[in-house]
Amino acid sequence: MVEAQTISEAQVWEWLEDVPDPEIPVISVVDLGVIRDVDVSDEGVIVTITPTYSGCPAMSIISLDVELALAKRGLEKVHFKTRLSPAWTTDWLSEKGRASLEDYGIAPPQPAGGPERCPHCQSKNVEKVSQFGSTACKAQWRCRDCLEPFDYFKCI
Amino acid sequence: MATDSALFEFLLRQGDNSLVLGHRLSEWCGMGPALEEDIALANTALDLIGQTRLWLSYAGEVEGAGRSEDDLAYLRDAYDFRNALLLEVPNEDFGRTILREFFFDAFQLPWLHALIDSADERVAEIAAKSAKEASYHLERSAETVIALGDGTDESNAKMTAALTYLWPFAGELMVDDEVDHAIAEAGVAPLPSTIKPAWNATISGTFKEALLTRPDSDFAHAGGRNGFRHTEHLGHMLAQMQVLQRSHPGAAW
Ligand SMILES: [Zn+2]
Repeated sequence: MVEAQTISEAQVWEWLEDVPDPEIPVISVVDLGVIRDVDVSDEGVIVTITPTYSGCPAMSIISLDVELALAKRGLEKVHFKTRLSPAWTTDWLSEKGRASLEDYGIAPPQPAGGPERCPHCQSKNVEKVSQFGSTACKAQWRCRDCLEPFDYFKCI
Repeated sequence: MATDSALFEFLLRQGDNSLVLGHRLSEWCGMGPALEEDIALANTALDLIGQTRLWLSYAGEVEGAGRSEDDLAYLRDAYDFRNALLLEVPNEDFGRTILREFFFDAFQLPWLHALIDSADERVAEIAAKSAKEASYHLERSAETVIALGDGTDESNAKMTAALTYLWPFAGELMVDDEVDHAIAEAGVAPLPSTIKPAWNATISGTFKEALLTRPDSDFAHAGGRNGFRHTEHLGHMLAQMQVLQRSHPGAAW
């Protein structure tokens, strides 16, 4: 076990960069923008999380994964705080996260409310199948050119 | 500041509306008429249950009797629930399920937007979070009402039957009582009746496209929001929803 106060906050952030999102493992929880604060004190590490969707079942898994990842580095006193306000927005997805999403076949969120292009063939000729998808954060779209269906990360 | 008992009632109303509708929608899980609809209903249910947790955990804190969100959801009887009657009646069919959700969404979205300005910071935070989700719910339920109303003769007939059944339940969402007045005076929320113009506009606009006719009567059943008289359906719903905690008190996993 390492003493929390000897660890820098930057170091903790770096470790969290390696914790994948449980539902979209190509992006980290840091890229997702749900980790809002890391606070290192004598009491241990306090990680502040802002949930994506109210009912997202991944949120409790994220806390667990963060706890395990930090325990592996020897940090055993990890506390979590939930911060609702300001509410999570897709604007908090990192640029790196957005690029990884597209590589993975998920169109990143756009302020216009629909995907910019098909993540498979880059065609802009796309149509919505349903505003709801395989997880709370995604909608189902289809490409009219390559005919492949794809997930779109909803803008909220 | 609102008295704690008025605030507690208000939070139960918020949480119970989301909980009861969320549970009704979850009854569709695995039974939707198409895969996309099944997924949409389950996702909407999940959003609503998530919002329920935020409202009821705050309600438990305000009450100060040590009850958690789970205690409030699973260990209260029907007469202690404070949801609108509209939300507890059975799904019946897909059309009625969607029309009921639409009536609620058309109220809930402007209502949550108004709550963002609440004098109670926690209420404002929960509302801001929930409003983002509610805008997707309304978009989809309105689109689906139009698709079914302006669909086939059969789908239009089913929507008309659903409308006849549900209409007398819709008004209760926007009838003020003494709790609403206490909450409004404290600046926690506006009176529900102030949402009526926005609700009317959404209903009229959507009905026009859906080829549905708004009934003339403004008669509204009451008794859900104050717990005075729920329908017989709520007890049956709770029997299913609460069975695990009732049979195995304190079960956790
Ligand atoms: Zn394509």
